[in-house]
Amino acid sequence: MYSYTDFDEAFVRERVSQFRHQVERRISGALTEDEFKPLRLMNGLYLQLHAYMLRVAVPYGTLNPAQMRQLAYIAERWDKGYGHFTTRQNIQFNWPKLKDVPDILDALADVQMHAIQTSGNTIRNVTADHFAGAAADEIEDPRPVAELLRQWSTDHPEFQFLPRKFKIAVTGSPNDRAVTKAHDVGLRMVRDASGEPGYEVIVGGGLGRTPMVGKVIRDFLPKADLLPYIEAVVSVWNLLGRRDNKYKSRIKITVHENGLEKIRDLVEERFNALRPEFGGVDQTLLKEIEAQFTPPAFVSKPTDAYEAARASNAAFRSWTDTNLAAHKADGYAIVSISIKKHGATPGDATADQMRVMADLAESYGHSELRISHEQNVILPHVHKSDLPAVYAALRDADLATANIGLVSDIIACPGMDYCALATARSIPIAQEIATRFDELKLEHDIGPLKIKISGCINACGHHHVGHIGILGLDRAGVENYQITLGGDGTEDAAIGTRTGPGFPAEEIIPAIERLVLGYLDLRSSPEETFLETYRRLGMEPFKAILYPPEDKANAA
Amino acid sequence: MSRRFTPKVVTANALIEGDVVWLTEDDRWTRTMSEAELIDDEAHAEIRLLDAQRQADVVVGAYLADARAGEDGPEPTHFREAFRTRGPSNYAHGKQVEA
Repeated sequence: MYSYTDFDEAFVRERVSQFRHQVERRISGALTEDEFKPLRLMNGLYLQLHAYMLRVAVPYGTLNPAQMRQLAYIAERWDKGYGHFTTRQNIQFNWPKLKDVPDILDALADVQMHAIQTSGNTIRNVTADHFAGAAADEIEDPRPVAELLRQWSTDHPEFQFLPRKFKIAVTGSPNDRAVTKAHDVGLRMVRDASGEPGYEVIVGGGLGRTPMVGKVIRDFLPKADLLPYIEAVVSVWNLLGRRDNKYKSRIKITVHENGLEKIRDLVEERFNALRPEFGGVDQTLLKEIEAQFTPPAFVSKPTDAYEAARASNAAFRSWTDTNLAAHKADGYAIVSISIKKHGATPGDATADQMRVMADLAESYGHSELRISHEQNVILPHVHKSDLPAVYAALRDADLATANIGLVSDIIACPGMDYCALATARSIPIAQEIATRFDELKLEHDIGPLKIKISGCINACGHHHVGHIGILGLDRAGVENYQITLGGDGTEDAAIGTRTGPGFPAEEIIPAIERLVLGYLDLRSSPEETFLETYRRLGMEPFKAILYPPEDKANAA
Repeated sequence: MSRRFTPKVVTANALIEGDVVWLTEDDRWTRTMSEAELIDDEAHAEIRLLDAQRQADVVVGAYLADARAGEDGPEPTHFREAFRTRGPSNYAHGKQVEA
């Protein structure tokens, strides 16, 4: 993976030093909060309901063991012994004290990490397919390009005061695991007629209060043109994007208001002006970055021990059935470690668990870890013969839940348990749904089902693209939860449709249970997934299940 | 014409810890809501908010929150403010264990 140059190191250290002095001036009273707030946000520091929160970038979701151990150290030394992995592949610490934050940032810099541009109206952490570099269906590892975008966007002088935040996601696979169609810019690697890899460029996707599926602005962009083209997109939006109303400032609205054709023309015009100015320097840089993403030295060894363990241990077999994905190298598997134990907070890992995962990556995983936008941790390169040992260590650390992609593998934003913007809680709803379906012992019969929960309209919990989406709102001073159905975050992206009136907190778990059990009766065969059944039958039968006539009066 | 004024407390977050605080009648910042000054006059509320906002080296983001008189002092009326008196519901962290 990418290692900092002297330039990167000096840049990050200088930022920490600047922020240290800014914090000193804030504490001494020399800076007011109005003066300080933009400075702390530039460095990922938020103030939430009960405490500060530091959002640390995990660039394109990739971590090495030393970095994971440092996150564990930070969690114990300056926080409450855990960290929260987010839907943007970042990690958040929920309880840092203002005076400690410069020390935390220095500790991050020690392992080549930072919190720069994890907030504010800038280009945010570039996210990527969490199976990048490992997936069997991949054309190319998208991370070198993601790293190039990170370097280009960090402190980019033209893009420090954008109309609003700007999020880029990139995948090297036709199967989209990076939700590229719900980003300001999504990049999906494809091949042209001659077989050359390049990018399909998607623009104007986004969730939030105006959810939109991104539109293809360029069917095929040669790899070498990527940076000038993306610079053209951001540059056009920077001028056209609305600054009078923050709810209309994102590029999805700009595209919607101006039309894709006009935006495309403006981007092409700007691109043609910009392209000569790059003069190939970006491609030289990309070559250097690519050299740091060479695949690990995969080994060839028998997988008998794996097959034997599967045959003799039902729990291990169940875990391998749900938590493994196909790897491009023979004899290897991609391991998804569930950070969704039934009843636990989605995405929260303790310092001890972080260290176990770091150790496993080092011993069995070619020293690589990934954070997924679904709030799980990935060991991308594990030889199958090592899986019994990996599983045993995960079980000892309470990390062996076999539920990836199932009903309890729920995305949930922090909601009103932490977030100052939230209108209702998300975490307890996720906890209760997972606990309930664990009691029912139906999870594996139900099969693939993505439930996603947001505690406000900003949709950090991606509820719009959940097969079942749950949105928490404040209805006359009471927490109330709206359900959407049929959302999809893959290459077939779709925004879910509201079922009808919302449910109060005490009725939402029974409603979800009714819905899922009802699906079991509706599906044409055990192979038909929830989403397929919904697509075949539409909303009506699900509505009838959710709002039985005698209950109509109760659903407010 | 005048609408009835809903009683208020002045609340904010402590500058260093970020912990929730409330303004007391004798101009202290307390970590316990029941010790806060319950304000039932709109003009006085505005003045107390200005008093709070002046203390930028102690607190962040002062605002007026709805409250009502309880047995031991002011109590929250909205669930958001109730959560602020306790801490998160997924862990025993924050005021519910530190108070």
